[in-house]
Amino acid sequence: MPNLDLFGIIKLALIYICAIMGLFFFLVGVFGLVRLPDVYCRLHAGTKCDTLGLGGILFALAIYEGFSGDGFKMVTLIFLNMILSSVCGHAIARAAYRVGIMPWRKRYETTYSREGLADADS
Amino acid sequence: MNDFFTVVTAILVLYMFVCLYRAIAGPTLADRLVAVNLIGTKTVVALSLIAFIFDQSMYIDTAIVYALLNFIVTIAVARYLETGGLPSA
Repeated sequence: MPNLDLFGIIKLALIYICAIMGLFFFLVGVFGLVRLPDVYCRLHAGTKCDTLGLGGILFALAIYEGFSGDGFKMVTLIFLNMILSSVCGHAIARAAYRVGIMPWRKRYETTYSREGLADADS
Repeated sequence: MNDFFTVVTAILVLYMFVCLYRAIAGPTLADRLVAVNLIGTKTVVALSLIAFIFDQSMYIDTAIVYALLNFIVTIAVARYLETGGLPSA
């Protein structure tokens, strides 16, 4: 701890808050990835929570570094991940839908199959 | 501050192992692809933290390249899942 004036204390608190917020959102994303029943639900939980978790932890690192080249690279990586993660999620969801994976419904929890869905819809 | 970053990196590695369960036991290829994409994102964050722990600013460039590679891998495998091979055109 080099300097503990008011600015240093605020900076330190902001670093801890952002990093712990990022870890919390990563935990939510991992929990959704393991527990949710379908590939679309898992994508919904994982992609958004991962974007926010990466944003939180890398923003904490950018505050820790300050205005320099590395801090600018951190902010660049946050915005890069905002674009790339959403494109990845869209590609996975489109591929899973076109290959024929049906979305999960609560009514067919016991007999989860495409034939059951087709019978119920007709 | 380095101790705090080390603890955050250790928790991220723990999350990666939990994601690895879904990558192994996923019923379809799309589930495994989602899990691998999430592990790649956590690897980017862990590489950035390691760069600040060991004070090696070279690892940040490695993290940026890893983010781009993660994107290309996910797009390529999703394309393979959709078309069943390389695109003809």
